[in-house]
Amino acid sequence: MQGRIIFKGKVIGEALVTGDDISFYGGCDPETGEIVERGHHLEGKSISGKILVFPTGKGSTVGSYVLYALKKAGKAPLALINKTTDPVVAVGCIISEIPAVDQIDISKIKTGQKVEVDAENGVVSVIE
Amino acid sequence: MGLELTSEEKMMLDGKHGKATRKAMEIITTLGEIYGAKRLIPVSSVQIAGVSYHNLGEAGLEYLKEMAEDGRTKVLTTLNPAGMDLEEWKKHGISEDFAKNQQRVVDIFEKMGVVTTCTCTPYLIGNLPHYGEHIAWAESSAVCFSNSVIGALTNREGGPSALASSLTGRTAEYGLHLQENRIAEVKYEVQSKLTKPYDFGLLGYVIGERTGRTIPYITGISKATTEDLKSFSASVATYGGVALFHMEGITPNRTTIPTKTELVTEDDLNRVRIQLDDKEVDIDFISIGCPHASIKEIGRIAEMLDGKKVADGKTVWITTAKPTKDIAMKMGYYDKIEKAGAFLVADACCAVAPLKGKFKGLMTDSAKACFYARGKNNFKTEIRTVEECIQEAIS
Repeated sequence: MQGRIIFKGKVIGEALVTGDDISFYGGCDPETGEIVERGHHLEGKSISGKILVFPTGKGSTVGSYVLYALKKAGKAPLALINKTTDPVVAVGCIISEIPAVDQIDISKIKTGQKVEVDAENGVVSVIE
Repeated sequence: MGLELTSEEKMMLDGKHGKATRKAMEIITTLGEIYGAKRLIPVSSVQIAGVSYHNLGEAGLEYLKEMAEDGRTKVLTTLNPAGMDLEEWKKHGISEDFAKNQQRVVDIFEKMGVVTTCTCTPYLIGNLPHYGEHIAWAESSAVCFSNSVIGALTNREGGPSALASSLTGRTAEYGLHLQENRIAEVKYEVQSKLTKPYDFGLLGYVIGERTGRTIPYITGISKATTEDLKSFSASVATYGGVALFHMEGITPNRTTIPTKTELVTEDDLNRVRIQLDDKEVDIDFISIGCPHASIKEIGRIAEMLDGKKVADGKTVWITTAKPTKDIAMKMGYYDKIEKAGAFLVADACCAVAPLKGKFKGLMTDSAKACFYARGKNNFKTEIRTVEECIQEAIS
């Protein structure tokens, strides 16, 4: 699938997919990578080391710093795939150097699938 | 790719102006591409948010440190409130540990050339753009005030993107930098008489909640002070997502007048007043100055507190910018306030200071302060006029 480059890089990993938007500030533990927002589809799950697939971000601009904190703690997602990346998440990816691609039909990706994110070219491929 | 860069901007993006400038340019160009900007434009003034160590944490501080290695401001840049008065923090009960970390944040900004004034009202203390000037401001209340009351042009920036504009002197041309996106969409006819900043705060709540992110055109207000508009801007941005409003006969921006009209009545204001009043509140904290109090407001509070005593078990914070506090000292206001047992707190405010667990109930004249007191600090709240707040403090 061809999308738009938000931040460059090329990785292969396991997809973690949600239809819920994510607020990193207040919604994700910056030290563990666990989603802590009450009632969120991924509540209790860790986004650490995953290809995190979600529609878009929501919430405070401090969210950018949470992605940065995750990266520093070694708990960041491997890459992000969005339907539409919002500015808070985009800025977070840039300052944390997390590969990210948006304008992808995220319904085509299922949790547990092996996915390649080629954010050098904005291409997302499901490998298996 | 729709975004075109000048040769100088390309050099910044290629790292020819250093690491921090490159990172800053990556942020600005990416936002530009996401929002379909065709070019970057120069900005002449920046206001940065994300200053309190309480919100920033160690990771945020790390990022700023990295940027400060070779990043330097290119335009006038001021800072949002910190978590404490940078000089008198000790007597306000701030811990040594917090103070040390907060000072580290401020020092890093200073190293980059940021004017470390720490206020949410930069327009009152020397960061005052003029009509039509393109700027890059964070702090939702200041964004709303500068767009609407001054007529400068800015999007609602976050901390990192505002810093990026400061280090490059650029922002991407999209959103509220374009005239076509500054046109009013809904008309609100106000049928209630407003006389105080407190009333304007309630009005901001009503309109903010109704209008969300659509641009309001407000009629029925014959007179508003700078303090009234400061209060309205804070409230309408907190309870909606409003970054720009038009107020007939008062704000300077040109717009067509929307035909869709909604009424705002006395009942509407009363309804939000009741919403901001919790039941059975034990008031032990009174805070005025959200957004930061002007010298005029401080002068009036000093008169009210002159010769009086704050009651036992109550703490009073009047929050303001450091230069305003200096004027208050010169005028004797500071002495009157502090002799009464209240604090004139510079650089900080009740929304970003580490106050959780310290108080149970807040009385304030600010609708915005109620929002953060409830959400972040778990305080119960009561909203009253400044006069009633001071009465509560000394009774």
